[in-house]
Amino acid sequence: MFCDDGLSQHFQIQGGDFSRAGRVSTTIKEILQEVGIDPAIIRRAAIASYEAEMNVVMYAQKADLTLKLTPEEITIRIEDQGPGIKNIDQAMQEGFSTATDQMREMGFGAGMGLPNINRNADVFWIGSIRGKGTVLIITFLLKKGGKA
Amino acid sequence: MTLKQIQEILDAEIICGEDSLDMEITAAGGSDLMSDVLAFGQPGILLMTGLTNTQSVRTADIVDAKAILYVRGKKPDKGGLELAREKGIPILSTKHMMFMACGLLFRAGLPGVGGLQDE
Ligand SMILES: Nc1ncnc2c1ncn2[C@@H]1O[C@H](COP(=O)(O)OP(=O)(O)OP(=O)(O)O)[C@@H](O)[C@H]1O
Ligand SMILES: [Mg+2]
Repeated sequence: MFCDDGLSQHFQIQGGDFSRAGRVSTTIKEILQEVGIDPAIIRRAAIASYEAEMNVVMYAQKADLTLKLTPEEITIRIEDQGPGIKNIDQAMQEGFSTATDQMREMGFGAGMGLPNINRNADVFWIGSIRGKGTVLIITFLLKKGGKA
Repeated sequence: MTLKQIQEILDAEIICGEDSLDMEITAAGGSDLMSDVLAFGQPGILLMTGLTNTQSVRTADIVDAKAILYVRGKKPDKGGLELAREKGIPILSTKHMMFMACGLLFRAGLPGVGGLQDE
């Protein structure tokens, strides 16, 4: 779990598994609490991680999530195997969603997730290849320069 | 106001967290849409919702909500209840519908999460 320059931990997220959806993000939150990160930053990281995890559950087959923690930053990298995102600019707009009625009944699918990740992250990178999958790299700065 | 006061105002049933009734609540937010709670929820709120799946509790924990109130007599599903117990999130259930529950608490002096949504 600990490496030379900090902590690195891997998780797997299963697509379509609504009953367990969010577990990884809850665990990440617990880890960050144990390490003693500022609660406001933990909250932003947990929200971003949960939004990304829900997207994997809703749209992809599965994903690998890596949590990296150094004295400078928290990085959450999620690489999924799934359909990919056709038009990232469109997906990043508030309100754009391809969610099904079933997902809406579960309380999701308002098209708020990706914009919300962007709002909470200090640095957000997203890339996608159609038919292969999507990668998100979400960074939170722990020293000066991060969001309040 | 305390959770105990909220329970009395709404004639609510305590689903879990009996020993947290003296918890102080300073604001509340109501929604069945977890997408909105994640985007606009604030830390420390009472989350009022009619959504009873495990994600309702999961979302409350993620946004640092202090407690959950289910409206329309609803209760969390099994996974949600387990998670709430594990995380120490107290849960109340009232028979009032969302608008009435919000109105009664607001009238008693409990504010909502601040600010208007800008265009
Ligand atoms: N990992 C992914 N793989 C494939 N498509 C995705 C992925 N993440 C997002 N999308 C696409 O981008 C759209 C917008 O995503 P976003 O998270 O903003 O909203 P949503 O998931 O539809 O609703 P909400 O996040 O409010 O529950 C989705 O509806 C989906 O079409
Ligand atoms: Mg989403």
